[in-house]
Amino acid sequence: MTHAIANIRSRAAGALLFGALPFAASAADTSAVNEKFRWLTFLVFGAIISMTMFVTYLAAKRVKSASQFYAAGRSVTGIQNGWAIAGDYLSAASFLGIAGLISLYGYDGFMYSVGWLVAYITVLLVIAEPCRNIGKYTLGDILAFRNDPKSAKTVAALSTITVSIFYLTAQMVGGGVLVKTLIGIDYEVSVIAVGVLMLGYVLFGGMVATTWVQIIKAILLVTASIMLVVFTWAPYGFSLPGFLQAAVDSANVQGQVTKLIGDAAKSMSPQELGQRFLEPGLFLKNPIDQISLGMALVLGTAGMPHILMRFFTVPTAKDARVSVIWAMGIIGGFYVLTLFLGLGSAINVGQAEITRIDKGGNMAGPLLAQFLGGGADSMLGNLFLAFVAAVAFATIVAVVAGLVLASASAMSHDIWVGVVRGESATQEEEVRAARICSIIVGIVAIAIGILAKGQNVAHLVALAFAVAASSNLPCVLLTLYWRKCNTGGIVAGMIIGSVTAIGLVMVSPNMTYPTIVKANSEKAIKAADDKLVALNADLAAAADEAAKTKIQTAIAAQEKAKKTALDNVAKLGDATTSLVGLDKPLIELKNPGLISIPLGFLAVILGSLLYRDKRADDMWDELYVRQNTGIQAEGAVAH
Amino acid sequence: MAQKPMNWVAIDQDPRFQELHRKKSAFLWGLMIFSIIYYFLLPIGAAYFTDIFKIKVWGPINVGLLFALSEFIVAWGIAWIYARRANTEFDSMADQINRAASSIGGAK
Repeated sequence: MTHAIANIRSRAAGALLFGALPFAASAADTSAVNEKFRWLTFLVFGAIISMTMFVTYLAAKRVKSASQFYAAGRSVTGIQNGWAIAGDYLSAASFLGIAGLISLYGYDGFMYSVGWLVAYITVLLVIAEPCRNIGKYTLGDILAFRNDPKSAKTVAALSTITVSIFYLTAQMVGGGVLVKTLIGIDYEVSVIAVGVLMLGYVLFGGMVATTWVQIIKAILLVTASIMLVVFTWAPYGFSLPGFLQAAVDSANVQGQVTKLIGDAAKSMSPQELGQRFLEPGLFLKNPIDQISLGMALVLGTAGMPHILMRFFTVPTAKDARVSVIWAMGIIGGFYVLTLFLGLGSAINVGQAEITRIDKGGNMAGPLLAQFLGGGADSMLGNLFLAFVAAVAFATIVAVVAGLVLASASAMSHDIWVGVVRGESATQEEEVRAARICSIIVGIVAIAIGILAKGQNVAHLVALAFAVAASSNLPCVLLTLYWRKCNTGGIVAGMIIGSVTAIGLVMVSPNMTYPTIVKANSEKAIKAADDKLVALNADLAAAADEAAKTKIQTAIAAQEKAKKTALDNVAKLGDATTSLVGLDKPLIELKNPGLISIPLGFLAVILGSLLYRDKRADDMWDELYVRQNTGIQAEGAVAH
Repeated sequence: MAQKPMNWVAIDQDPRFQELHRKKSAFLWGLMIFSIIYYFLLPIGAAYFTDIFKIKVWGPINVGLLFALSEFIVAWGIAWIYARRANTEFDSMADQINRAASSIGGAK
C-alpha cells in the first residue's frame, strides 16, 4: 500500500513539481464533464473562440509592417501589456497544477507558487527597462547591440528556438491531455485544434492578435478565479482563520495526511493531522532540488524569449515598468487565490475524487467549480465547469501563441534577415518571412504534440527555465551591465549554459531508466498478486452481498494496478538503459540550475576575457547611456 | 532608421549621468540581493527550521503560512518602492540627460 502511494506520489511529483500536466492522465477513462452536458462546454468554448477570432480579424487589418507583426507597433499600453504578460505566463500548469498541488499537499503547494512571482523582481529591476531601451524585436537584437551581430543573433536564435520548443512541447502534450481529461475529446484532435487555432492568431494577427488573446485569457482566468474564491470563502464569512480551520477540520484533509505520512499518523489526533496539512514537508522533500528549481525560476523567467519580447510592444521604458508592476499584481494575486481554490477543493470535493479523475490533481479547480455550481448533475455546476474548462483551453492557446511567435521571430528576424540577408529586407519581405516561419513552427509544434503522446514531458518546463537561466540570462545581464563583456563571452555563455543544462537533465532522475522501472513494476506486480490472493480468499469467505461488492471493487483496483505495471514494462520493450545509455542517474539533482547557472555566468566571463572584440568595447558607452536614459530608443509607430 | 551620431563618451562622463548611474546601481542591486536572499529563506526555513514554521500564531495560521504570504507582500513592496523611486527620481534625471543629450554629445 505504502509502495503504491509512493509510486503515485513520485509520478505526481514528476508531473507537477515542474509545472506541467501529467502524462498519466492520458490513461484516464473518465472525463470531468458529464456526457449529458458536453454541448454546454462546446457552447462556452465556441463563445470564447469567436471572441478571440474577432479580435484577430480586427488585428489582421493593422499588421502590415515588421514592427506591427513582432511588436504590435509598440503601441500597447503599460496596463494592457501587464495583463498580456500575465496571460503569457500563467500557463495551464500554474492555473490547474498549483491549485491541484495545494489540494493534495497543502502548504508545500502554496510554497511552490512563490517562486513564480519572485521571478518578476529580476525582470522589473534589471531586465525590462534596459531591454526596452536598446532592443528592437528579439533577444538577438539585445545581444547584437554591442557584440558581433551575426554571431550574437545566431546563438540567440538557436537558444530562443531551443527554449521555446521545450516549453511548447510540454504545453502541447499537456494541453492535449488536459482537453481530453476535461471533456473527453481525442488527444490528437485537441492537439490539432490548439495548434490550428494558435496558428490562426499568430499568422493573421501577429503580435497584435497574440497580445489581445493573452489579455482576454488573463481577464477570463482572473474573473473565474475570483468568482470561485468568493463562493468558496463566503460560507466562512471571509475569515482567513475560519477558512483554514475548516480545512484542518475536514475529514478529507485528515484522511489525505494519513495517507501521505503513513505510520507516523497513528499517534496523531485528527486535529493534529489536519494541522499537518498546513505545515511544510508533505510534497517537497529535497531542499537542494527546491533551491535549484528556485534559481531556475527566478533567473529563467527574465531570460524567457517570449517574455522579453513583450517589452518591445510598449512605447517607452516607463511603460515597460508599468507593465511589469501590473503583471506582478495580477500574477501574485492569482497565486494567492490558488490557496483558496486548492484548499476549497480539498474540503469540498476531496482528494479521492480529485485523484480519481487525474492523479496529478489538475482537476482540483474544475471540480471545485462543478461543486460550487451545484454538482455533477446540475446545469449550473456544469456551466461553471465548462467555463473553467474553456478558460484552461484559452490559456493553452494563448501561451502557445506567444511561444510560436517568439521562435518564428528568431528564425525570420535574427536568422533570415539578420544573418542570411545581412539586414537588407523590405518590410513586406520580413513580414512574409515571419509568417512562413510561424507556419513552420506551428506545424512542428503540432507534429511534436502528436509524436510525444504519452511521453513524460513534465520536466521540459523546468528544463526550459533552466536553459533560459543558464544561457540567455547571463548573456543579457552581462552585456547590459559589464563593460568587458563581448562576443566571445556571449557565444561561450550561450553554448556552455544551454549544453550543460540539457546535458545534466539527460543524466538526471527525470529520464526513464528501464532497469529501475522494471524492478519497480515487478515489485508492484508481485504486491498486486499477493493482494489478489488474499482478496480472493476474502471473497470466498465474504458473508453478505455488500461485503462481496466491496471486495470485488478492491480486486478490480488491484487488477488495474497490475495491468498498469505490466503496460509500463511492455512499453519499455528490450531497452535496458536510458536515452543516453545509463542504468541509473549520474546525479541526484532534478533541476540542473544549481550547477548550470553558475557555469553559464562563468562561461560568459571567461569567454569575454579570452576574446578581443573592439566593437563591444567601443559600443559600451553608447549601450550603457542608452539603456539607462532611453536616448534614441525605438519609438512607437503611428497607425 | 537614421540616427544622429552622438558622442556617447561625453554623455557617459557628464556628472548628471554619473550621478544617475551611481544612484541607480546601488539601489537596484541592493534590492535585487535582498529579494533573492528573502526568497531563498522560504525553502531553507521550510526544510531546516520546520519547528519554527509549525508554531501557530492565529488560529490554525502558523509561522510558515505567514512567511509564505509575506513573500508576496515583500515582492509587491519591492515593486512599489522601485516604482516610486524610478517615477520620481530616475525618470526626471534620465529626462534631463535626454534633453541635454544633443548639447553634451551632439558634436562628434
